[in-house]
Amino acid sequence: MWGGRKLSSFGNRFLGVLRSRCWSTQAEGARLTSSAENQVSWTPQTKPWVFSEYRIMWFKSCRMTFACLNRMKIYRYPWRRLYSTSQTTVDNSEIKTFLALAHRWWDEQGVYAPLHSMNDLRVPFIRDNLLKTVAHHQSGKPLSGMKILDVGCGGGLLSEPLGRLGASVIGIDPVDENIKIAQHHKSFDPVLDKRIEYRACSLEEIVEETAETCDAVVASEVVEHVIDLETFIQCCCQVLKPGGSLFITTINKTQLSYALGIVFSEQIAGIVPKGTHTWEKFVSPEKLESILESNGLSVQTVAGMLYNPLSGYWHWSENTSLNYAAHAVKSTGQEHPVPAEFVFKGETEELRDKDSTNPGVQEELKK
Amino acid sequence: MAARLAVSRWRAAPSAAGRGPLLSCRRWSGAKADTVYDVVVSGGGLVGAAMACALGYDIHFHDKKILLLEAGPKKVWEKLPETYSNRVSSISPGSATLLSSFGAWDHICNMRYRAFRRMQVWDACSEALIMFDKDNLDDMGYIVENDVIMCALTKQLEAVSDRVTVLYRSKAVSYTWPYPFTMADSSPWVHITLGDGSTLQTKLLIGADGHNSGVRQAAGIQNVSWNYDQSAVVATLHLSEATENNVAWQRFLPSGPIALLPLSDTLSSLVWSTSHEHAAELVGMDEEKFVDTINSAFWSDANHTDFIDSASTVLQSVVGFLRPTKVSARQLPPSVARVDARSRVLFPLGLGHAAEYVRPRLALIGDAAHRVHPLAGQGVNMGFGDVSSLVHHLSAAAFNGKDLGSMSHLTGYETDRQRHNTALLAATDLLKRLYSTSAALLVLLRTWGLQATNAVSPLKEQIMAFASK
Repeated sequence: MWGGRKLSSFGNRFLGVLRSRCWSTQAEGARLTSSAENQVSWTPQTKPWVFSEYRIMWFKSCRMTFACLNRMKIYRYPWRRLYSTSQTTVDNSEIKTFLALAHRWWDEQGVYAPLHSMNDLRVPFIRDNLLKTVAHHQSGKPLSGMKILDVGCGGGLLSEPLGRLGASVIGIDPVDENIKIAQHHKSFDPVLDKRIEYRACSLEEIVEETAETCDAVVASEVVEHVIDLETFIQCCCQVLKPGGSLFITTINKTQLSYALGIVFSEQIAGIVPKGTHTWEKFVSPEKLESILESNGLSVQTVAGMLYNPLSGYWHWSENTSLNYAAHAVKSTGQEHPVPAEFVFKGETEELRDKDSTNPGVQEELKK
Repeated sequence: MAARLAVSRWRAAPSAAGRGPLLSCRRWSGAKADTVYDVVVSGGGLVGAAMACALGYDIHFHDKKILLLEAGPKKVWEKLPETYSNRVSSISPGSATLLSSFGAWDHICNMRYRAFRRMQVWDACSEALIMFDKDNLDDMGYIVENDVIMCALTKQLEAVSDRVTVLYRSKAVSYTWPYPFTMADSSPWVHITLGDGSTLQTKLLIGADGHNSGVRQAAGIQNVSWNYDQSAVVATLHLSEATENNVAWQRFLPSGPIALLPLSDTLSSLVWSTSHEHAAELVGMDEEKFVDTINSAFWSDANHTDFIDSASTVLQSVVGFLRPTKVSARQLPPSVARVDARSRVLFPLGLGHAAEYVRPRLALIGDAAHRVHPLAGQGVNMGFGDVSSLVHHLSAAAFNGKDLGSMSHLTGYETDRQRHNTALLAATDLLKRLYSTSAALLVLLRTWGLQATNAVSPLKEQIMAFASK
């Protein structure tokens, strides 16, 4: 999927044309990545382009994209079969994708700009839902005293804001390079250095030592990259304290998410680096909810998120057909998991009813 | 404040070698042993101190480290001096709200200030005038001495000294900016070297160091600026008789506007912007002649011409016909008897506007970003407006755990304030140029314009609302 390695010869020719067009931009790309050259080894075919230049060329590449789309789709399947025999939830092919762009994590206007601006939605989402569980909080450090596990933390884009809000964060990622970048970035800030800990491992590897210790687990933009979602959610649940929260942001599996999320974002506009996502791995909210409920996690919120590529900002939306965020809470009691869920759901339904029938209740009282 | 600026500039002269690094932008890739501050405010004037105060009292900054660098010494008052200072500012209701948000306004109320309820602005070349007042006779603004505001801010800074550190007699001599994004071992913070050789690092540097901003020069931010051919003369005046004195007076003479701002029942402050030669003459002349000049500047109709008078009478009768209740007669300001000895000072005027208010890890506020003619009394109010806006954006960013030096919220501040400040700067400059002439056609246009604006209340209310933000 990534670069020219896995594509057919047709795909190679397609990339060759594009490569020749942006040869001048590669020089620029070389300047920016010169310091990182010793960190990652490159083949000429997989050299990342400067995506802002690439966006300008989409007019020309449009024609060719649609022609070779079908070919690309076919080649995805056999390739996936090769790697699905592992025991872990980590997909090695995905690792290669992220390895290619490890050094660009902290460029706020670079390839990861949409993830940086997604923080404007996901940090308040996590913060507000966690604050609901405490009676009072310290101003300046609202999340102090909370232990959060950030699964698939990447370069630490989400771990750092949570650390700044006072939480103790453990960030894990299977890609060594990402952890190195994240460690390096937080090392300059003495406060963050103490609050955040990074480890290069997968979720399964730390489940035993962190069982039932975390107030929250955050899996943002991760579940669309794992192989076995059921195991992943089970591990998340094991790590959580009873009553702890699980936060997931991911992409829905719909026609629209294929058209906009893969075709437009990756291939045409270059908003997301090519090969980042595989449509088959996208998870619909219904499927996610059923897996969560079957593992003893009661879903509190599912909210849609929309990205505006022109402004670069994310917005909350009623529509969950593209990106969405979910918040689930681990049930507190072991013996009666069902009533516990019921209580939560019942409470929220009661509150909703109260809002809608308040005038009705008042009328009744008058009578 | 001009005196303080002059002093700090004088201090910098011996270390002329420091001029070079001030103008260059060096990159830093050294040791990280210094304290990392979250915010450093460079410049402890009215706007810089207000910024440090506002951040210190902000609820989302409770665990952050803030530093204020001030080149001058700490000003401590045992008690309020009896003589009024000659540098005063007109504080708008919006600025008063900001000052009360961190408790400085209470100190000002306990010291002294003067509220004014009406403002009369009129032309020397015609009968046209405009009278601003609020319908319910609320305070339109407050005249407060700059020293009183500074004292109130200092008291509030002392009260929050666990969060805000103030370094007096510290001048930054050089700044080093970080690379766009983390490369190798380069520090992502801004490094500041002080005059005594010590260094510190910060995640966000706020430049509040006046219209000759060293921060702005070091960052290489372009500044559109020109000097006016005018200097302002300030003085403290004693009125002939005690009056209610809650009106601010401003008359546009061909040489420049003269303003009388109320300080107490018997005292008013003078701000007279005029040509450099005339200003020097005014400061030099003896007291009696000075007082006579002021009185005749307000009262004399020597610049009136018959043509303009009849033209303005025509429009006035039209207005009177359409809106008989809105005709306002020209009132005369109280006469001046004496001037305080040694209170006459002059300082040059100019306009300035920075092309960018923000860069990664840098924000400019106050006179460092914009410098304006005092005719509209907006200089420090624009600065306080900058403080309000920037604190609002930084507070939201801190509550979202964002990196304080990130451009995403700094550009929000820049957009907010550039829109407001550019309009105000352009309007003030236009007014200054419009009223600097006695050419018949322009006088006619501005006379009719002023009379028409005076007659249209919604327009006046809009102007007042814009200026009191």
